[in-house]
Amino acid sequence: MNSNIPILKITDLNASINDTEILKDLNLEIHQGQIHAIMGPNGSGKSTFSKVVAGHPSYEVNGGDILFQGTSIIDLEPDERAHLGIFLAFQYPIEVPGVSNEDFLRFAYNAKLQSQNKEEIDPIGFLMIINEKLKIVEMNPSFLSRNVNEGFSGGEKKRNEILQMALLDAKLSILDETDSGLDIDALRIISNGINKIMTKDKAIILITHYKRLLDYVKPDFIHVMQNGKIIKTGDANLADELETKGYEWLQN
Amino acid sequence: MKNQSNKTRNTNLTKLINQPYKYGFSTAIEKDIIKKGLDESIIHIISEKKKEPPFMLEFRLKAYKKWKHMTYPKWAELKFPKINYQDIIYYSSPKYKKKLNNLDEVDPELLKTFEKLGISLTEQKKLTNVAVDAVFDSVSIATTFREELAEVGVIFCSISEAIQKYPNLIEKYLGSVVPIGDNFFSALNSAVFSDGSFCYIPKGVKCPLELSTYFRINDQKSGQFERTLIIAEDDSTVSYLEGCTAPQYDDNQLHAAVVELVALNNANIKYSTVQNWYTGDENGKGGIYNFVTKRGLCLGENSKISWTQVETGSAITWKYPSCILTGSKSKGEFYSVALTNNYQQADTGSKMIHIGQNTSSQIISKGISAGNSKNSYRGLVNIGSKAFGARNYSQCDSLLIGRCSNANTFPIINIQNSTAKIEHEASTSRIGEEQIFYFLQRGISLENTISLIINGFCQDVFTELPLEFASEAERLLSLKLEGTVG
Repeated sequence: MNSNIPILKITDLNASINDTEILKDLNLEIHQGQIHAIMGPNGSGKSTFSKVVAGHPSYEVNGGDILFQGTSIIDLEPDERAHLGIFLAFQYPIEVPGVSNEDFLRFAYNAKLQSQNKEEIDPIGFLMIINEKLKIVEMNPSFLSRNVNEGFSGGEKKRNEILQMALLDAKLSILDETDSGLDIDALRIISNGINKIMTKDKAIILITHYKRLLDYVKPDFIHVMQNGKIIKTGDANLADELETKGYEWLQN
Repeated sequence: MKNQSNKTRNTNLTKLINQPYKYGFSTAIEKDIIKKGLDESIIHIISEKKKEPPFMLEFRLKAYKKWKHMTYPKWAELKFPKINYQDIIYYSSPKYKKKLNNLDEVDPELLKTFEKLGISLTEQKKLTNVAVDAVFDSVSIATTFREELAEVGVIFCSISEAIQKYPNLIEKYLGSVVPIGDNFFSALNSAVFSDGSFCYIPKGVKCPLELSTYFRINDQKSGQFERTLIIAEDDSTVSYLEGCTAPQYDDNQLHAAVVELVALNNANIKYSTVQNWYTGDENGKGGIYNFVTKRGLCLGENSKISWTQVETGSAITWKYPSCILTGSKSKGEFYSVALTNNYQQADTGSKMIHIGQNTSSQIISKGISAGNSKNSYRGLVNIGSKAFGARNYSQCDSLLIGRCSNANTFPIINIQNSTAKIEHEASTSRIGEEQIFYFLQRGISLENTISLIINGFCQDVFTELPLEFASEAERLLSLKLEGTVG
């Protein structure tokens, strides 16, 4: 892979939901080995951005393009984008009654193997793999037999997301407010997990409201989003500035 | 550029939604049909054609007289135009030149039909471990494995044959569980039923094969009124499967069956159904009207009757497999998955009537509604005044798919004995866009997503099905639901 081709390149992206425009001429370029943070006030379009990249059916792309490793993905279904290597850690992970976490994880893992024309793995082989990954987020194997996210605490749900991120080993991971609602210990475990998963051939986008995650996972760039576009980009120090001055400072 | 990604998605979904009904073909065959309509002379003709003993004609005429004064039950959550009972053909049978002695004499067209349905009747390709009675429109075509069953004393044949060969058993038990005038549809069935299956398991015998009846409606204008009677003597065990399909027609066909089960001391009857009648098209045109009375009588001490049903077909389903628990310590069970899609309507559930002491029952009902369909659970748990120590556990779960489907639960609990222990649980959930998106984002295909969620939801029921049917049921549900979410 030519390292000059960005993992993600977004040009003049416009997107709406129910005829309400959310993203307006958004531009962003992310290369492998980079961690980008997107900050911004509530309602600025951060979550919309993550869902549009992942291909959520409720959002309509009205203009612009999303290139993943040089190829447009806007006509692809969400599962096809996932197979290319796009992972989204959900802000509110979905509960799925009746489906065990283990089955869910194995289906996801096998879907990835299948998309790469590799042979699917049987349940026993899968247990060996997932048990290794559980250590990354310090999760108890008993979580595997429980239903997907059902009855999980807020922190457990977020850890389950990072477990999936570790398992699927995506090229590009977008973490939508993975840090919100976490206590200090959970934040540390999750941050350590993210740092272990990150390698120089991958990229991560952290969507967050708080500087404290960025103390654990060091971003290369911080973008501030407002009204559906990026209004300022800086290095890791921008977070300190935002913390003291607030977003209003940027509006002038 | 605008809308492009949505467009691709929509075409994919439409393709998935329009999964054709696999069994919608019809068989061209010479038929022996009587004229449309119903009056006493028709009943005489049916009874005559079947060479029945006089007590059967009396049984039929008595039922007809009751039916004439009855009206169809209006309490169900079902909407359909009034059925014209004079516009139905009450007897239709493939024409035979002579009495059949073995399969070689069966019309090859018929064998081909069942072959196409995955039910092979020929000697070489018979299903292993399953004895099949194949019913085509009004008559039974063939029953496999008869000799093998006869060796252990199990009688498995068409009910017409049983009426001639075992009139004493028929006279004693027919109508003993579902009385002639029980309800509008059972009265109609009692008057005009043309065929069905009869099973008799003698004392102490554990039936070595699964018994199975496969019902096929072929004719466009004829109704199907089959009658099934299963008798399990003391200490016997039997597992019985029922499957059904029908061709695709634009108008509705009536199916009004009656199933009666009798379990004596320590007897155990397991009755499983996978119902896949034609549902009508995506606009609600055509399909089978399925009005069925199924009831089991746990007459003996410590007897057990278990109903398991997977209902995926029919435009209208009206069906409440029930258990009358008369024998002390007898046990009734009902496990059900009812799936409705498009404009299907299902009003189904169970009745558990506790009469004897220390009787127990369990109801597990899973309703899945998609499209514009309507799916209602209706149940009755009745604990009589002498049913000391009775127990019931009921669980009714509904799963909604999409925004236009409808689920209702009407549980009635009637207790006349203060020692009863009753538990009832119910839940409603929805497969939403967000759940689907979550699975897709993890790379799991739409088909696998639906099948994972549905199988998870139905697991408690699927584990009750005989092995051969369990995977068939899972596959059937996934197939019927493909593309219902978007």
